[in-house]
Amino acid sequence: MRVASVRRSGPVTIPGMETADTTRAAAAAAAEPIDCAAVGKRFGEVVAVDSLHLRADPGKITALLGPSGCGKTTTLRLIAGFERPDAGTIALGDRVLSGPGRFVPPERRRIGLVFQDYALFPNRDVAGNVAYALPRGGDRSRVGELLELVGLEAAADRHPHELSGGQQQRVALARALAAEPAAILLDEPFSNLDATLRDRMRREVRRILAEAGATSIFVTHDQEEALSIADAVAVMRDGRVVQTGAPEEVYERPASRWVAEFLGEAEVLPGTAGGGAVECPLGTLALDPGFEGPAEVILRPEAIAVSAGPTPRDAEARRATVVDRDFYGHDQLLHLALDSGLRVRSRQPGFPAWHSGDHLRVWVDGPVTVLPPAQ
Amino acid sequence: MLLPAAYLTITVADAFGEAVDSVANSRTAALAARSVALAAAVTAAATAIAVTLAWLTARTDLPARRAWTVAAALPLVVPSYIGAYAFLSAFGAAGLLRDILQGPLGVERLPDITGFFGAWLVLTLFTYPLVLLPVRAVLRGLDPQLEEAALGLGRSEWQTFRTVVLPQLLPAIGAGAVLVALYVLHDFGAVSIMRFDSFTREIYNVYRASFDRTYAASLGAILVALMVVVLWLEGRARRGLVLHRSGPGAAREPRLVRLGRWRPAAIAFCALIATFALVVPTAVLVYWSLQSFAGSPQWGEIVAAAGSSLLVSGLAALAAALCAVPVALLAVRHPGRFANVVERAGHTGYALPGIVVALALVFFATRVAPGVYQTLGLLVFAFLVLFLPLASGSLRSSLAQISPNVEEAARSLGRSPVRVLATVTVPLIAGGTLAGGALVFLTAIKELPATLILAPTGFETLATEIWSATSVGFFERGAIPSLVLLAVSAPSLWLLLDRR
Repeated sequence: MRVASVRRSGPVTIPGMETADTTRAAAAAAAEPIDCAAVGKRFGEVVAVDSLHLRADPGKITALLGPSGCGKTTTLRLIAGFERPDAGTIALGDRVLSGPGRFVPPERRRIGLVFQDYALFPNRDVAGNVAYALPRGGDRSRVGELLELVGLEAAADRHPHELSGGQQQRVALARALAAEPAAILLDEPFSNLDATLRDRMRREVRRILAEAGATSIFVTHDQEEALSIADAVAVMRDGRVVQTGAPEEVYERPASRWVAEFLGEAEVLPGTAGGGAVECPLGTLALDPGFEGPAEVILRPEAIAVSAGPTPRDAEARRATVVDRDFYGHDQLLHLALDSGLRVRSRQPGFPAWHSGDHLRVWVDGPVTVLPPAQ
Repeated sequence: MLLPAAYLTITVADAFGEAVDSVANSRTAALAARSVALAAAVTAAATAIAVTLAWLTARTDLPARRAWTVAAALPLVVPSYIGAYAFLSAFGAAGLLRDILQGPLGVERLPDITGFFGAWLVLTLFTYPLVLLPVRAVLRGLDPQLEEAALGLGRSEWQTFRTVVLPQLLPAIGAGAVLVALYVLHDFGAVSIMRFDSFTREIYNVYRASFDRTYAASLGAILVALMVVVLWLEGRARRGLVLHRSGPGAAREPRLVRLGRWRPAAIAFCALIATFALVVPTAVLVYWSLQSFAGSPQWGEIVAAAGSSLLVSGLAALAAALCAVPVALLAVRHPGRFANVVERAGHTGYALPGIVVALALVFFATRVAPGVYQTLGLLVFAFLVLFLPLASGSLRSSLAQISPNVEEAARSLGRSPVRVLATVTVPLIAGGTLAGGALVFLTAIKELPATLILAPTGFETLATEIWSATSVGFFERGAIPSLVLLAVSAPSLWLLLDRR
């Protein structure tokens, strides 16, 4: 069954793509959620995946984000059926794929997999690669539609070795979609691409996946990639999912100091919680952490505001001096020394320019996370 | 595959005491020492020549590389017994060279080349292509980015070769070197003609002279043990080598190294090898053929023998290619104890010298299955037992080049393992299968001892024609069949060479 659950993803347009009627080509089988419950996998003495819980919502893009060696790729291979879990259950919708006494082989899972090295068939041309994936008796005209969807209709008779990395990836994606999967898994899909191509491919893959409406999980170690493409991010560490949520949620409200620092720059300040507020070197913040006593106050550099002159919030502002500055064009990172000697960083727009030695007022203006101190 | 080995074991075990008595003496020890020394010396020399030639023809700006490539691989089609016969009749104590030198210089005798030196020289010159071909294929297929990475890190060409290229060549070198060592241990033609007393020569003499089943089988068992040691060493060395590429690599032509002032030396080296491995044998054969034309060559016999050779080798190649696919698949994709056992079982056949397989099958057929004795089927089966590893080795290499991801991708697209095999794996390894079959064909057409013992009465192949001629000293009579054999087997070499 094809369901056209098309969702235009914002104002992104790809040259030559605007007029394409890609709706029909992209329509995948009905999207279903993927559920991993208490999944475990060991390789000899090494525990790769450890009672892992993961849910990928139907039709959404879920990023599985973690440092290398945390078990991301093993998780993907467990879901695809190329590894057998030692414990736990993996289900697609209400169909159990792997579980006690049950193991559905990869070819019967209806889960597409896009490999890091694309794994195109070297002996088939682009159209041949895509056509290979059509269900038996499938409609050959879908090959053309899918190539149109990924913008490669002109390259149909070329062979994989004649394509650039980005083109190979789009063929791999078209091939995976051709099988009308209920879900698509992507293993580090952008790691083999150069930076400019990567940005374009991120948006394009996001568009294609959104139009296809398939449940997708992609593995990455790049937090920017995870935050920018995914509808939900699952952060993995040492074989477990340690936090799941919308990108904004995991970024602004990390569940632990480790997650905060893995997802980006984080200032961790000592503080004291009590009476519905937290006291820290940047002032008394009116928020209730739900506990009393010593605390860790975690905030992003962009949540630290600065001003050269008087501000409406002078009452809570602290004085600081610029000690160093990293200029990135679109923004700048200021390294500040408070009068108390404490160092913090503040991310500011690229304009106006600040310089070492400038005296500023500093206060908190943004999301703050307060956690009990790590043991 | 295990039938000859099993039969050998039964024969020895049947009269174990007698068997031990017959071989437990200093003569056997000396036999073993001589065979091992010859195998080691030939393997070392052949590997050195092959790696040098492979690198020169595949990765340098050597002039006329294509021509040198063909010339370097061609000696593979020269059977050791033809080579030995050519060298003996050219450089022997009473050979053609003496005849040439005798006139102007009055040289009466040349140094004797029979024995260890002659056997070493001949076997080295005609076995090095067994290392050259796999090494060259790998050299052509290497990802040039790896070398560029090393050069970029400030390594010299030589350091790059040693630290980046050579480690990637090791599996191919190892596989080739094992083929050479096994070839030498089971070679019968060259050592017999060079009168070097090795195991095979002794076994054949015992079989012909006395039909002493226990003594022949016991010698065979020791020889087999030696070969198993070689295979075991190679298996150990291979362990831990991971051959899959991690990334897609660059789809570019390999880098060529500039030879610069080394160019004359490189050309001289190629020319030297080509002279001894190609020009000398051909010239000698042509000389004797001309002598033979002066008489009256028996064309009917020669044509019939050529047909028989083609038939039996073609059947062997087909059978080996068909059997090799499952063996190689198992070994590369599902490594483990079971795969190991299956692969070793296939290799055990090759570890059995042709003469031992032939004897085991003769004894087996006469005792257990008289119906198959003296049939073509038995000879083809012997070839299959002997040469299956040639086909599976070639396949193994081409399989290892395919990322397992490609097969997994096909499965995630809804194809069952069997369909993946048929639609993805088999088309990708077609080239390797063809090369493996060609290698079996080339080797089978030259095979001598098993053909001598197992061919149905009156079924003469080119190999047996040449043998019967040279063994009685009629160099003239063997020359035309030798040239025909070379001509017939040479074209299949094209299959083995990269068409680049």
